Amino acid sequence: MNLAKRIIPCLDVDRGRVVKGVNFVGIRDAGDPVEVAKRYNEQNADEITFLDITASHEARGTTIEMVSRIAGEVFIPLTVGGGIRSCDNIRALLNAGADKVSINTAAVTNPDFVQEAAERFGSQCIVVAIDAKRVSAEGETPRWEIFTHGGRNPTGLDAVEWAQQMVNYGAGELLLTSMDRDGTKAGFDIGVTRAISDAVSVPVIASGGVGNLDHLVAGVKDGGADAVLAASIFHFSEYTVQQAKEHMAAHGITMRLG
Amino acid sequence: MTIAIIDYGMGNLHSVAKALEHVAEERVTITRDARAIKGATRIVLPGQGAIRDCMSELERTELTGLVKELLADANKPLLGICVGQQMLMDKSEENGGVRCLGYLPGRVSRFNADMHDAQGERLKVPHMGWNQVHQHHMHPLWEGIPTGERFYFVHSYYVAAERDEHVFGITEYGDHRAHIATGRDAVFAVQFHPEKSAGAGLKLLSNFVHWSP
Repeated sequence: MNLAKRIIPCLDVDRGRVVKGVNFVGIRDAGDPVEVAKRYNEQNADEITFLDITASHEARGTTIEMVSRIAGEVFIPLTVGGGIRSCDNIRALLNAGADKVSINTAAVTNPDFVQEAAERFGSQCIVVAIDAKRVSAEGETPRWEIFTHGGRNPTGLDAVEWAQQMVNYGAGELLLTSMDRDGTKAGFDIGVTRAISDAVSVPVIASGGVGNLDHLVAGVKDGGADAVLAASIFHFSEYTVQQAKEHMAAHGITMRLG
Repeated sequence: MTIAIIDYGMGNLHSVAKALEHVAEERVTITRDARAIKGATRIVLPGQGAIRDCMSELERTELTGLVKELLADANKPLLGICVGQQMLMDKSEENGGVRCLGYLPGRVSRFNADMHDAQGERLKVPHMGWNQVHQHHMHPLWEGIPTGERFYFVHSYYVAAERDEHVFGITEYGDHRAHIATGRDAVFAVQFHPEKSAGAGLKLLSNFVHWSP
């Protein structure tokens, strides 16, 4: 089995600037997405994901500009998520040099949009982001539901069924975030990762809760994830992406070590 | 001196253009203008999405004949990428069977849905991510790239060429040995995305830009 598992650093961007603290030694401007993307590229990141948290609609042009600048200098797959609601949004990002877009809330409010986007641009560039939260009590058969708005709003949708539906609608990949674990540094929710990974035919990216390198190993080995996404452990040079890859490889996981 | 990326309406060509601009001195243009394509010194044939759509869009933009002409020109380097590699074969089993350009004998098939790795994990389709490329025959486009190097793939269908001398690279996925680099004369085509394969991909593009077959 030669296909490598992937590590994907994730960056929050607002008005074309990296926010939520990235702190690399020797980087002049940690807010410059091009500098940060280059640094991750040097560390052998397999892809980079940008989460656009720009609130105002008018300022979204800055994201397009940012993607265009990065795509001219960093030659690995770039995914952009956050606030994508229309095929026009997608076209603008792809034309700027993004390779995939990640659809989140719009998939829940209008599932047909996923189908339309996949037909128009191809499944290979449509990632559906799934924010799942455990709803079963301790001791019950585990069950997870889809939540929106950062885990505040329940939708009543069963996470595993939803994942299958999104694949049927043309999602080429799923970005699964555990809302129980996000920001906790307690590790991925292995239960939901395994349940969804086993239920769908497309690759699953595990996200939410990474605090150390063993968590990345568990996401792949126990959760069955095809890729792992993490933010803060890489932002502060706690670990480099390359160190994370070597750690995973030492645990028997196929990685691209460069 | 121009490198023309043929724009017949399928997929995102900007990544390819940006990567070529990074390694080439020549002007890089994304075009569907027959005169501009004919006048270019090098040609890139991209392709994304369903192969039936790619073939019918090529037809609709009246570029099928021109592409066949370019393929037959042994002095005009042409690089096929992704579905652009698959389109060079006789036929694909995608979309219920699609006749392709017939430049190389062989066919395009889908990965088996039910494949598992040694640990019993299900292998996902599409085959997405960085996989190893074994250089089956030497080729100027492999220069400076070690065999076994990883490139970035996204595809559910793969090429099986009939003749060994047309196969330049092989990648294993599950029980398949996909012919992920094929070619003849001035044509070289790859299933992976060199424009997204970091240093190795840029090296291959740079080799293409300097290739004089």
